[in-house]
Amino acid sequence: MMAQAVRLRWTILKTCVEERLAYRGDFVFGTLVRFLPTVTQIFLWAAIYSAASADPGRKLNGYTYRNMIAYYLLALVSRAFSSMPGLAEGIALEIRDGTIKKYLTQPIDMLGYLFWHRMAHKLVYYAIATVPFVFVFWLCRDYFDGWPDGLTTAGWVASLLLSFLLGFLMEALIGLIGFWFLEVSSLVFIYMMITFFLSGQMLPLDWLPAAITRPLEFLPFKYLAYFPAAVMLHRYTHEQLALELAVLVGWVVVLFIACRTAFALGLRRYGAYGG
Amino acid sequence: MAGLFRREYNPVTAVDRVSFEVETGEIVAFLGPNGAGKTTTLKLLSGLIFPSSGEARVLGYTPWKRDNAFRRRFSLVMGQKNQLWWDLPAQESFRLHREIYRVEPALFQRRLDELTSLLEVRALVGQPVRELSLGERMRMELIAALLHGPEVLLLDEPTIGLDVVSQRRVQEFLKYYQAERKITVLLTSHYMKDVEALCKRAIIINHGRINHDGPLEDILDRFSRHKIMDLQFAGTEVPNDLARFGTIVECQPPKVRLEVPRQNIPKILSNLLANYNIEDVGVQERPLEDVIAELFSSDSAAASENANAESTAQGSLPNDGTSALDVEAEQPVDR
Repeated sequence: MMAQAVRLRWTILKTCVEERLAYRGDFVFGTLVRFLPTVTQIFLWAAIYSAASADPGRKLNGYTYRNMIAYYLLALVSRAFSSMPGLAEGIALEIRDGTIKKYLTQPIDMLGYLFWHRMAHKLVYYAIATVPFVFVFWLCRDYFDGWPDGLTTAGWVASLLLSFLLGFLMEALIGLIGFWFLEVSSLVFIYMMITFFLSGQMLPLDWLPAAITRPLEFLPFKYLAYFPAAVMLHRYTHEQLALELAVLVGWVVVLFIACRTAFALGLRRYGAYGG
Repeated sequence: MAGLFRREYNPVTAVDRVSFEVETGEIVAFLGPNGAGKTTTLKLLSGLIFPSSGEARVLGYTPWKRDNAFRRRFSLVMGQKNQLWWDLPAQESFRLHREIYRVEPALFQRRLDELTSLLEVRALVGQPVRELSLGERMRMELIAALLHGPEVLLLDEPTIGLDVVSQRRVQEFLKYYQAERKITVLLTSHYMKDVEALCKRAIIINHGRINHDGPLEDILDRFSRHKIMDLQFAGTEVPNDLARFGTIVECQPPKVRLEVPRQNIPKILSNLLANYNIEDVGVQERPLEDVIAELFSSDSAAASENANAESTAQGSLPNDGTSALDVEAEQPVDR
C-alpha cells in the first residue's frame, strides 16, 4: 500500500516534470528574463539612499543600503518558494470548465495531485533558476554580512520549506472559492496585490508604521517573504525564531484543514458545469 | 438590472423521477435532445453530482460517495473533454493511469498492447497528444478509460465531431470489446448510427423524464405511426390520385415513395394491387433517426405518452439483483 502510494506520487512528479520540459526553451528564457528587474531594483535603492544622504553607512528605518539590497535578494529567494503562479486560477478554471471531473471519477485526491504537480514545477524552476540566483548572489556578495550560525541557517531552510506549503495552501484555498463564485480572477488579483505588500516582498515589513505591522503579526502573509529573509539577516534570536516557526507550522495546519473543508463543502455544491 | 442586486435562482429539475436498471453486460443507449438530462444522469451515475432526492447504485455502490473501490471499477468518457496530457505522448498518461488504478505491470502491458492494436494507434502512443487528429485522440481517450479494466463504462457522445471512418472504427471497437469483456455500457449519442450499431435497448429521456425504455425496434412500433412504401408502376407514368393513400414523399415516374399509416398497410396494398399495374413494391420502417427527431420535437405528444411509457418500462424490467446500474433520482440545477 505504502509503496504504491509513493510510486504514484513519484509518477505524478515525473510526468509533471516532463510536461514542464515540453516547452523548456520558453521556460528557460522566461526564468532568466525575470531576473532583469532585480538590476533596476538595486539601482532604485541606490538612488533612494544617495538622495537621502551622502553617508554610505546611513540607515533608513533601521536598514543601511547594504542591508536593503541583502533583504531584497533574500525576499526574492523566499518568493521563489512561496509564490504559486497560476495555482488559484487553475483550480477555479478546472471547476468552471468541468475538467475537475477527472479527479472525481478517478481514485485520486485532487489536492494531493495538485501538490505534487506544483512540486514538479518548482523543482524544474529551481533547476533552471539556481544558476542565475547563484550568479546574482555572487555579484552582490559584498552586501551580505556572511553566513549566520548553523541553527539560524537551519531555521531559514525550514522557513523556506514551510513558506512553500503555506503559499500552496493559501492559493489553493482561493482557487477553491471557485466552487462558490466560479470566476475568481479579480479575487486572485486582489490577493496578489495584498501579498505583494503584506508579505514584505516590496518593502521590509518593519519599514511600515506600527499601526500596520502589528495586525500583520496575526496574519500569515509575512511568512511568505519577510520572515525567511529577516531570519537570514539576524533579526530573530534563537528563541524568537523557534516561536515564529511554531506559529508558521500552526498556520500551515490551519490552512490545511481549511482547504480540506472547503474542498469537501465545495464538492457538495458542485454542479459539474460544462456539459 | 434588478438581477445585479438581488439574484433570483430558479430551481430547474434536470432529471425527475428517472428510474431504470441496467443488467450486467448490457449495452444501453440513452437518447434525448440537448438538455434532456442525459449528461446529468451520467454525472449522477459517475458520482460527479449529488441528487436532491432518490437513489442510485452502480455495481452496488452509491456513486456520489466516491469510494475508491468504486472508482477503480468504472470509467466515464466524455467526447468533449480531454483526460490525456496535451503536451505529452499518450503513453505517459497511460503510465500515470497504471499507478492511479494500481494495475499490475504485466497486465497493464497486455491490455495496452491489445487496445492499441484493436484501435490501430500502436505507432502513435509515443507522439504528443496535441499532434494527434481528433479521431486518434478519441481512441487514445478510450484506451485510457479501459486500461484498468472497468466493469461499467459510461460514454457521453464518444463519437462527437469524428469523421465517418473514425466513427465506424470506434463503433466496431466498442461492439467487439463489449461482447468480449461483457462490460456494462451506458451510451449517449446524437448519432443514431452509433446507437443502431451498438445497442439493443434504448432509454429515451426528455425534459428530465423517461419516455421509453425497451428494445430499440419498439421505438418504431410505439412512436412511428407511418411506414414508407416504395412503388414502381408499369409504364412511364404514375397515377395522379395516390395522395388518397398517404403522403407522397418522392415522385420520380414511374417510381413513387409514399408515407402511409401503418395500420392501413394491408388495405392500401390490396387496393393498389387491384387497381393499378404495379411492377415492384416494398414496405419499410422510417429511419430511426427521423422517428426520434419527430419524437423530440413533438413535446405535447411526448408528454401524453409519458405516464404510459414509464409504467411499461418499469414493469418489463426484471429485478433479480444482478443489475449493474440501478437508478431512481431527481436532480435540480440552479440556473
